[in-house]
Amino acid sequence: MSNGPSRRTFLRGAAAGTALLAGTTARAATPDPLITEVQPWASGFGDPVDESPYGLPIRFEDDVIRRNVEWLTADTISSINFTPIHALDGTITPQGAAFERHHSGAIELSKPDYRLMINGLVDRPLVFNYADLERFPRENHTYFCECAANSGMEWAGAQLNGAQFTHGMIHNMEYTGVPLRTLLEEAGLDAAGDLADKWVYVEGADASSNGRSIPMEKALDDVLVAFKANGEALRKEHGYPVRLVVPGWEGNMWIKWIRRIEVMDGPVESREETSKYTDTLEDGTSRKWTWAMDAKSVVTSPSPQSPITHGKGPLVISGLAWSGRGAITRVDVSKDGGKTWETARLAKPGEKMALTRFYLDTDWDGEEMLLQSRAMDDTGYVQPTKNELRKVRGLNSVYHNNGIQTWWVRPTGEAENVEVS
Amino acid sequence: MSKFLKIAVALSVLGTAAQAEPLGLGREALPEEIAAWDIAVRPDGRGLPPGSGNVLDGEEIFADKCAACHGDFAEGIDNWPKLAGGWDTLDREDPVKTVGSYWPYLSTTWDYINRSMPFGAAQTLTPDEVYAITAYILYSNDLVDDDFELSDQNLADFEMPNADGFIIDDRAETEYGQFSTEPCMSDCKDEVKVTMRAMVLDVTPDVEGAEGETEAVMEEAAAIPEAPAVEEVAAIDPELVKAGEKVFRKCKACHQVGEGAKNRVGPVLTGIVGHPAGQVDGFKYSKALKGMADDGLVWDPEALHAFLANPKGFMKGTKMSFAGLKKEEDLAAITAYLSSFNE
Repeated sequence: MSNGPSRRTFLRGAAAGTALLAGTTARAATPDPLITEVQPWASGFGDPVDESPYGLPIRFEDDVIRRNVEWLTADTISSINFTPIHALDGTITPQGAAFERHHSGAIELSKPDYRLMINGLVDRPLVFNYADLERFPRENHTYFCECAANSGMEWAGAQLNGAQFTHGMIHNMEYTGVPLRTLLEEAGLDAAGDLADKWVYVEGADASSNGRSIPMEKALDDVLVAFKANGEALRKEHGYPVRLVVPGWEGNMWIKWIRRIEVMDGPVESREETSKYTDTLEDGTSRKWTWAMDAKSVVTSPSPQSPITHGKGPLVISGLAWSGRGAITRVDVSKDGGKTWETARLAKPGEKMALTRFYLDTDWDGEEMLLQSRAMDDTGYVQPTKNELRKVRGLNSVYHNNGIQTWWVRPTGEAENVEVS
Repeated sequence: MSKFLKIAVALSVLGTAAQAEPLGLGREALPEEIAAWDIAVRPDGRGLPPGSGNVLDGEEIFADKCAACHGDFAEGIDNWPKLAGGWDTLDREDPVKTVGSYWPYLSTTWDYINRSMPFGAAQTLTPDEVYAITAYILYSNDLVDDDFELSDQNLADFEMPNADGFIIDDRAETEYGQFSTEPCMSDCKDEVKVTMRAMVLDVTPDVEGAEGETEAVMEEAAAIPEAPAVEEVAAIDPELVKAGEKVFRKCKACHQVGEGAKNRVGPVLTGIVGHPAGQVDGFKYSKALKGMADDGLVWDPEALHAFLANPKGFMKGTKMSFAGLKKEEDLAAITAYLSSFNE
């Protein structure tokens, strides 16, 4: 099996790249026929407007796709795939490339067949249809959704060779929806009495009927019942027609195909909040209710699937940072495995619980690098190293690995997932 | 009360803003509707329907409906979840988390089986069956004897071994302080050594394929411009086979096909298209299927379509608990896919 996912790309690029020297403008030996000769696309027709009523990416980009890791799960129906973050830029994840996680497959549920029930400790148990939801005042918010298991395979050590696989259980979309608070108030919360010790239980309409308990404080704060993402309807695989958005908290709580919301006097302690999504510490006890996703970042390029193909000279180091507890305020990048750090440029100021893009525009000397990034959020939290996390949690955790990632970039431009001392 | 909730009260998101006037949208949920969907079971037993089931009945039902993935003794086959064993492993390397070793509440087991299992046929079990399966899982974990009966009366009182094994998220105390100091910018360590490499492990899926394919297509396009290389369409349309492979995901929980396939809940499907029904070695067919096979049923595409479109309608008494494929194109695709395994 080949280890260099992009060796071929690399070799192709390297030949062209050697012509470049830092600080000087290269000179071509012969005129470029792509410029001097009339190309077919500059003479004949392109596609007519009725070619693809809903467009897909051009075929040259057909390796920018979700990928799964077969050995991870027993079956692709209850499984996960990964966003190709190594090949994307900006912060918005196109829905078609955004990672999927199903417990019983992505179901087809139409708007006419859709029902949402609110029951339990409410004044009026209600049933909404899809059209009802569109009549409530709605909001737009951009949030990241990260699976608690993102980077989980890296807890014991460097395993998967690519940012897509180590950090791709994440996407970031602009959602349109109705605040959960609005719907709960429509049903009336007087019956619930003191809200401080109340919870909502949310569950999906698919065969797994994945259910999670959410404390009332969060439910009334920023949780969204969403039906659009990035301007269009949710995709089937992301919960069409309606999903829950639980900003900053682990993706498992973002119930897809949401069909029921029950106000309760305590948590259900469902399978997904006891046997899964709990974090076993060194002494064998386990943390539960570890909902928030702590600040984290990763260099998306260069990375194993996105090697440097142009030789030394100007290089854009780019990556993503996010925090489930607030907004990213700063990202530092190290080229020497954490000995020295430089502060990267944020493409835009960090937004609460949304992805932030960072760039370090640098001049690569062609020597090897141990590339790392370190995120900070507005609570003052600084992304720790994996070893710092292991000191607290031991080696048996699976979820919530937000440790610093290292890419070993070689003089050839190829990169590998490693851990450093 | 949890620390989180105490903080929550302090933050005063709760009960501050005056509640908005209802818009009068939606309609009242009827009691029958609430009863149909509100099936959550709580640790104290609230939500449990009346009923009971014992270990011996559970063993039989488990063998029939669960063992294909979870193993006869709940030990888990391949990558499917292990439900039994793992005692005293939680503080060791690679803890084995099973119902017996890890799950804090028995209600969770009952609730999960009732709402989500069997995989691919959720919500088809009766309450008594769920009690019986749950009792058998306890038995397979050595937590009860073989004469044990579980019911809505005694479930909430059953204490699980790891009931006290959980603490509420303490990152605020154990992590946030030490991870919130001014970060080092230079001379942060003396030396840096690579201590672990992903390439040595070599478990990354080979992603060159996708790229290589693109190139192959491009090279081909460059070599023969204007001439779409339409090959003679083989007997089986490869696109349809590909589509059928996707449709087959609905079957995969119970059926295997191709090289190395084994009988699971359902028989191996290699080479069945066009051949007499009921011929797979070592599979215990239903009486219904055997009867029709004796009457000469052959799995030609027509019969296969009729069966897969409506399994229970075509074959009253079939063991196959599958609702059927509604779309004509799915039926064609699955037939093409299965045909592709014929010698």
